[in-house]
Amino acid sequence: MIYQVSFTAIVIFGIFVLSVLGLSFFFARKAKSASGYYAAGGQIHWLVNGIAFAGDYLSAASFLGICGMIAFFGYDGFLYSIGYLAGWVVALFLVAEPLKRMGKYTFADALDAKFNSRSIKLTAAISTLVVSIFYLIPQMVGAGALVTPLLGLPHWIGVVIVGSVVIFIVATAGMTSTTYVQFIKGALLIVFSFALVVMVLNKGINLSPSKEYHRFVTLEASLSAGRVQGVAHPDYRVLGQHREGELTFVKLERNGVTSWWKLAAAGAKPILEEALSIVSLEDGTVLYNGEPKENRKFYQVGHVNKIVVDGKEVAATGPLGPFAFLNRIKDSEITRFTSKAFRFGSENVRLFYQNVTPGREVIKPGLYYKLDKGATIWSRLDFLSLMLALFLGTSALPHILIRYYTVPSQRAARKSTIVAISAIGLFYILTLFMGTGAMINGGLDVQNSNMSAPLLAKTFGLTLFSIISAIAFATILGTVSGLIVAASGAVAHDLMDKFLKIEMSEKGKVKAGRIAAVAVGIVAIILGIIFEKQNVNFLVGLAFAIAASANLPAILMLLFWKKTTSRGISWAISVGVLSSLGIILFSPTLYEIYGLSPAQAPIPLQNPGIISIPLGFITLVVASLLTGKRAAKKA
Amino acid sequence: MLHEPISETGTDRSIPKKTRLGIFMFLFYMVVYAGFVFIGMMFPRAMGAEVIGGQNLAAVYGFGLILLAVLMGLIYNFLCTRYENRMNAGGAE
Repeated sequence: MIYQVSFTAIVIFGIFVLSVLGLSFFFARKAKSASGYYAAGGQIHWLVNGIAFAGDYLSAASFLGICGMIAFFGYDGFLYSIGYLAGWVVALFLVAEPLKRMGKYTFADALDAKFNSRSIKLTAAISTLVVSIFYLIPQMVGAGALVTPLLGLPHWIGVVIVGSVVIFIVATAGMTSTTYVQFIKGALLIVFSFALVVMVLNKGINLSPSKEYHRFVTLEASLSAGRVQGVAHPDYRVLGQHREGELTFVKLERNGVTSWWKLAAAGAKPILEEALSIVSLEDGTVLYNGEPKENRKFYQVGHVNKIVVDGKEVAATGPLGPFAFLNRIKDSEITRFTSKAFRFGSENVRLFYQNVTPGREVIKPGLYYKLDKGATIWSRLDFLSLMLALFLGTSALPHILIRYYTVPSQRAARKSTIVAISAIGLFYILTLFMGTGAMINGGLDVQNSNMSAPLLAKTFGLTLFSIISAIAFATILGTVSGLIVAASGAVAHDLMDKFLKIEMSEKGKVKAGRIAAVAVGIVAIILGIIFEKQNVNFLVGLAFAIAASANLPAILMLLFWKKTTSRGISWAISVGVLSSLGIILFSPTLYEIYGLSPAQAPIPLQNPGIISIPLGFITLVVASLLTGKRAAKKA
Repeated sequence: MLHEPISETGTDRSIPKKTRLGIFMFLFYMVVYAGFVFIGMMFPRAMGAEVIGGQNLAAVYGFGLILLAVLMGLIYNFLCTRYENRMNAGGAE
């Protein structure tokens, strides 16, 4: 989409960033010790910590990614909401309190509390680093995607801005500042998302989302020998047509402007439906709906094709309650936009054509994950693998685990987890309404699904768009801060202090943490720029799978299986990291990135969890039994 | 600021009971979650079946899983706090 830079958005964005920096300065004075830097001195109130948990957890993937996925694929995006929230059950019932009892600053500390093993320190630190970096990449990509429309800057500048601000926050104040940034941002995110959903429900469902919304037209066409010869409009001229599988696309010209259309009904009365197009010409010129970028003819889309209430077609429903809203969506027909790319002569054409979908298909799984028509055993296993990784990944994410050390007691750890579950649960329920709201109210940028929630806000006015965009940006700032604290802790505390045993004073430890934060931040900035085109939700799903494969077997077995040995833990972490990374590197998506055919990928799974998570558990059990027997023989 | 004082953690005699409760509640939720994944994977059409108030199974089960997590969290906290108060009376934590 072509965005217009808004002065209001820039001002609100500036206020947010400056407020965050001010907060960092204020709390920087409190972080004088290692405990203050890594764990906020263990003094954060459980209520603040619980909302900060939510702020930490509701990352770019949750707000931008899930809403966007629901807006494009309906209920399949909501599966992420369910899986992300369900993961907190594992955290609350199995991990929160025992970990609080065992640890001091980091995930490696907790694992090592029983064994004092150098191999655990090393593998746990590496695992923390790998998971944090995998989780950082989508946040940085999301930041870049957000800054482009907000400030009119290139993607890489957005990534550099987020990286620099976060490095500053983390390097100056550590966990205390990070906690309060996350608390404020988490609270704002939930409050404004709630307000947005109230507005969506109050508006109800309309055939015309707004006065400014583009009116898609259809043209009657005349066919001869399967080719379109002309259209029932004197201004249009047929320039050519292209067949792509079952679909036929037609190129027309009107007053010197070319446009692409989809042949919709080839029966007795063929019609052409208007499509959005991006055409790259041989000389490098790119045309958006047939015109140069500066003419701003590439608009946001998403509308309802037919609204049915009690068996009758209506033009608008009026205000609706949440359940009535879902029911009306279910009975309606929604126009989604599907992408198709092909070469036409010397032109590279990318089309987004209208795809009318029954509402009942939108409010159930199947538009993204192939589970019904066209499903294979691998597509079903992919779905299972994703749901498994989401369920088991949450409680193994290092930046979530370290938050248990910021509260003073086990009871506070438990209470803050319950606050987090309640706040996150409420937010995830809202995602279904925000996503479907964007889908029917012209909230889609067909080029970037991550922008659906902010664009939905834009349909209610520029001020709300500015606030929501600024909150989304703060969301990324908060999550990235937490991740960099976790990663810098792994480097400075686990590797330098505990593994390499470098002698450091309290001040020296804090300094090492800050230097590590700057280094990790720079790596994140570089990767955020390299991975610009990657899907945010997909990358986060991978981070969950690596965390669940590498860290969860170690945490759970240490807590609940007495025969667990230090070798078992370090082997399980190593195998978990390597197997999940290996499967990701040989997956169809990565093959596509390498420029190879996805069909050639040796492992036809997108998410490695179904293989690598059981492998992590099996490795731990086998290695513990073997090394435990050896230790018993020696004794 | 809502800062709490740092408190030392002493011996918590309710740990075994809280652990058993946690495992039981985890297993219960896992079965309900697995049911959702199983239906979605093996019987995807059933997800479109209307069950309550015109809502389909996907919506009811999905919202149900989120609300169940919150509800079970509150029950867990209530029971754990009761165990701690009862078993640590005059003792630690």
